[in-house]
Amino acid sequence: MHRTRPLDHIVLILGALFLVLPVLVAFTTSTHTAADIHIHGLQILPGANFAETYGTVLTQRGGFTGQVTGARMLMNSMILGIGFAVGKIVLSMLAAYALVYFRFRAATFMFWVIFTTLLLPLEVRIMPTYGVMSDLGLLNSYTGLIVPLLASATGTFYFRQFFKSIPDELLEAARIDGAGPIRFFIDVIVPLSRTMIAAIFIIMFVYGWNQYLWPMLMTTDERFFTLMRGIKSILQVWVGSQIPDYNQALALAVLAILPPVAVVVIFQRWFIKGLTESDK
Amino acid sequence: MMARIGARLRKGSTAEPAKRVQFDHKTLPWMFLAPQLAVIVIFFYWPSVQAVQSSFYIEDPFGFGSAFVGLSNYVDALTSREYRRVASFTAVFTVLVTALSLVLGLLLAVKADAVIRGAATYKTLLISVYAIAPPVAGLVGMMFFDMHIGPFVRLAAFFGWDMRVGLDYFDTAFAMITVSVWKQIPYNFIFFLSGLQAVPMSIREAAAIDCRNGWTRFRTVVLPLLAPTAFFLLIIDITYALFDTFAVIDVMVKDKPANNPITLVYKVYNDGFRGNDIGGSSAQSVILMVVVFVLTIVQFRFLEKRIHYG
Repeated sequence: MHRTRPLDHIVLILGALFLVLPVLVAFTTSTHTAADIHIHGLQILPGANFAETYGTVLTQRGGFTGQVTGARMLMNSMILGIGFAVGKIVLSMLAAYALVYFRFRAATFMFWVIFTTLLLPLEVRIMPTYGVMSDLGLLNSYTGLIVPLLASATGTFYFRQFFKSIPDELLEAARIDGAGPIRFFIDVIVPLSRTMIAAIFIIMFVYGWNQYLWPMLMTTDERFFTLMRGIKSILQVWVGSQIPDYNQALALAVLAILPPVAVVVIFQRWFIKGLTESDK
Repeated sequence: MMARIGARLRKGSTAEPAKRVQFDHKTLPWMFLAPQLAVIVIFFYWPSVQAVQSSFYIEDPFGFGSAFVGLSNYVDALTSREYRRVASFTAVFTVLVTALSLVLGLLLAVKADAVIRGAATYKTLLISVYAIAPPVAGLVGMMFFDMHIGPFVRLAAFFGWDMRVGLDYFDTAFAMITVSVWKQIPYNFIFFLSGLQAVPMSIREAAAIDCRNGWTRFRTVVLPLLAPTAFFLLIIDITYALFDTFAVIDVMVKDKPANNPITLVYKVYNDGFRGNDIGGSSAQSVILMVVVFVLTIVQFRFLEKRIHYG
């Protein structure tokens, strides 16, 4: 019933350009030499230095501060993203299952204990959380990188809503068949939740991958640096140098952009489902 | 996130059991809950309590004990000129980022909803930026506003604007807002688009017959239907502007917040980790917690009632 007007397309094209062009330019510019960029500015057309720049960023030790390579940071970001997503899904599925499928007295209270965590982001309690981590001796470890980020109930909320939408008849049938709570969870709930798990995995992977403040505080040992942390250190080096390594900085940015954007674009359907479905 | 949960809670689905049939078991539910509870208690409740506690103390930066000072950390924070400066910047920043990313996200969603041909391509392109991390957005933004190589700086120079991002207060703020809005548009776009596509065909057709003027039709029919989505996004965007832009700001001020604009969260971090003012930083944390809390309550209680849920 809408008649498409050229104006609609113009607005959309401008919008898409505004959003996407900076990323494309970041990539094409990263394939030029630092000196070229310094003289000619950002580049729209690709240059000849793709292999060289990315090779350097990925493998050279001490490109930024001495010990860590881009490949290592890439791996650490992967560990953080995947570890966080998996941890989130496991913790929250278990908790949501307890809240929805068990009759026990403290259920309502537990619900509030868990869901209060949605009110305050990690950023506001960053200092004391850091204190707790150092008391527990978890600074500079993958556990320390991942586990504190899990202290929020987003996943539990999604799974709770989803479990509630599963028809009661399934549980009745399972009970007639003699299935206990654990059997029912493994044989019915987990398989039914597959799409939901996929959607949440994507959202949480992106969230974990994109973490900045927490890894920045947590990791002073460069072996644990993530790409986001690497971006911070490249900027610190940058300020003092004659011709800054624009190409390497942008190459690092492109490496940091690629995996989450690829995941979101490839699994768009699931991603949007996860974001919006539970809103309805 | 909060608004969505708010909508759920309001429907009264929290207290009463969801299921007619449930398992009765004494220990099993606790075993399922244990991992989540452990993480929450250690990394949420414990630190939150500590934040409140240490906000009443002045701690020696070298770790030689601490002294109870009552509310003086709060008084110091709220009366300092620096704090007020940061707070007013935070307010302006939050309003601008929220308003601009809502309006632009809505505009693009309306247009994407209107075109049929190429819709999938636009959708993919517009969504893709969502996944970019704030610090990376900050870095890319830095390049565009870089004094030597930045095209925006050259463009500004053409109009006689000598842009010095990272050095000049106003210019840095301008760049921060641009980058933060850029990063947030896709999120609003996704939700507005799915809100628009949920508007039933019958309503659209009836509206098209009743009202020929596209703008009036949008304002009187579509916009009210989008109100719940818009409200949800409003809260999300405010939270984003307050907290998630930390990384954008950190990258853009390059560790030199002295003459650059920063937000309240950045000040909490800066005073606590750089300035070693643990008491003062905790007091600021608690003030922020209260702000977020009030925001949530306002959302739950007041604003909600004005919005008609269909």
